[in-house]
Amino acid sequence: MKIDFTHHQSAHCENGVVSNLMKHNGFQVSEPMVFGIGSGLLFCYIPFLKVNYAPVFTYRAMPGHIFNRFAKRVGIKVKREKFNNPTAAKKRLDENLAANNPVGLQVGVYNLTYFPDEYRFHFNAHNLVVYGKEQDTYLISDPVMENVTTLTSKELEKVRFAKGAMAPKGHIYYPTVFPEKLELEKAIVKGIKHTCRDMAAPVPFVGVKGIKTVAKLIRKWPKKLGVKKANHYLGQIVRMQEEIGTGGGGFRYIYGAFLQESGELLKNEELKKLSVEMTEIGDMWRDFALESSRIYKNRSNSVAIDKYDEVATLLESIADREKAFFKKLKKAV
Amino acid sequence: MKKKEVPQDQSSLNKVNSKELYYAVDEDGKYTTELSSGWNPKKIALDNALEDIEKRVEEARLKVLAGTTSPIEYYMELCKMDLNILAGYVGFFKWTVKRHFKPSAFQKLSKKKLAKYADVFDITIEELQNVPS
Repeated sequence: MKIDFTHHQSAHCENGVVSNLMKHNGFQVSEPMVFGIGSGLLFCYIPFLKVNYAPVFTYRAMPGHIFNRFAKRVGIKVKREKFNNPTAAKKRLDENLAANNPVGLQVGVYNLTYFPDEYRFHFNAHNLVVYGKEQDTYLISDPVMENVTTLTSKELEKVRFAKGAMAPKGHIYYPTVFPEKLELEKAIVKGIKHTCRDMAAPVPFVGVKGIKTVAKLIRKWPKKLGVKKANHYLGQIVRMQEEIGTGGGGFRYIYGAFLQESGELLKNEELKKLSVEMTEIGDMWRDFALESSRIYKNRSNSVAIDKYDEVATLLESIADREKAFFKKLKKAV
Repeated sequence: MKKKEVPQDQSSLNKVNSKELYYAVDEDGKYTTELSSGWNPKKIALDNALEDIEKRVEEARLKVLAGTTSPIEYYMELCKMDLNILAGYVGFFKWTVKRHFKPSAFQKLSKKKLAKYADVFDITIEELQNVPS
C-alpha cells in the first residue's frame, strides 16, 4: 500500500519530517517556521560527549525538542512510542500504514543503505517518514534526500534498532490532534523569546558564552593537544556547523528565513531587518569555516600558531555580534 | 549568503545523485532555497576524519598481527565503532568487550559469543578469527 504523500526536500531531517507531516495533514508550514517556533537555534559545547573521538559542538537544540516545542506552541498533540521488541515496533508501524497514516521514525545513519558510504557514521538522531509498504519493502521519504527511496524490512529494523548514544529504540511518532486553525503569531513570539533566552544563558558552554569558551579553547589547543588533535577538533566544529542538515552557516540561514517569514506574517519591519543581519552572521560563520579549513587542509604538523589565534578572533567577533543581535531580537517581539 | 554563491563543489553526494538544500537570499533579498553539490571546507574535514579512521583500522590490524589485541578491536574500528557502540550492539558491558580484546580471552570465547560479534560486524565466525595480512 502506498499513502498519497508528497516528499519535500529540506535542509534538516527533524524540521523536514515535521513540516512534511504537517503539509500532509493540510497545514502549510515551512521548514524555517518549524525550526523557529521550535526554538531550534542554539550553540552548545558538550566536552564530555565524544563523537568520533572529539567533543560535540552543536548548533541546534536536542533531537526531539524542536518538534515537541513546536507542537506545544501551535496546539498539536504528538504521539510518541519506543520499543524494546523489534517485532512490536514493526507491528505498530504496519498498523499506522494500514490506517493511511504516514509516520516519523528516529533512525541510526550507519545502516542507511541509500546514503553515500562516506556519510555513514554511527549517528542515531536521524529522522525520516515512512509512507507505505510494498511486499517487504518500505517506502521512505528522507527529508535530506532529493528524492524518495526505499528500505527492506530487514534494513529498516537495523536502523530503527541502532545502538550507541541516543539509540532510537524503534522510536515512532506522528501528530494526532490538530487545532481548527493554525495560529502562528503567538507561537512565533514564544519561539523567538526562548531562543533569545538560550543564547544569552549564563552558562559557559551554552549560547554566546559557549562560543566565547570555544574560541578560548582554540587558542590553547595547538599547545595543549598538539597540532594533530587540534586540527581534528577544528574539523569537528566545521562538520557539525556545515554538514548536511544545517542549511549552511550552522542553521543561521534557516533562522534568517524564519525571521523574514515571521516579519511578513506579524507585519514587523524590525524582524525583517534582523533577518538581513542574521544572514550576515551566517556569512561570518561561513568565513570561520573557510579559514579553519585552511588550517586543517595542511596535514603536516607545522601550522603557525597564530593561525589558530586568527580563527579564534573570528569566533569571538561572531559571539559579540550574536550577543548584540539577540538583545535586539528580544526587544523586537 | 546569496543564492548564486551557494557552493557547487564535488562531494560524495554526487555518487548517489543527491544534493543538499541550502537557504540563501535571491537578488531582491528574499529567502529561498538552493541545492548544493558540496563545499570543499567541509569535504576536507570529512576526508580527514575518514583518513583518521583508516589509520586506526591499520594500527589495529598491525596490533592483531603482533598478537597484542584480538580481531574484535580491528573489526570494531573497521565498522567505525567505538567501545560504547560495540558494547551496545553485542549487549555486553564495556569492560567485558575490552577483556575480549585480549588475545588470550578471545581464544576462550564461546561459539555463541563469537557468533554475536560476527553478526554485529556482518561477517562469518571464520572471518572474525583473522585479519587481512
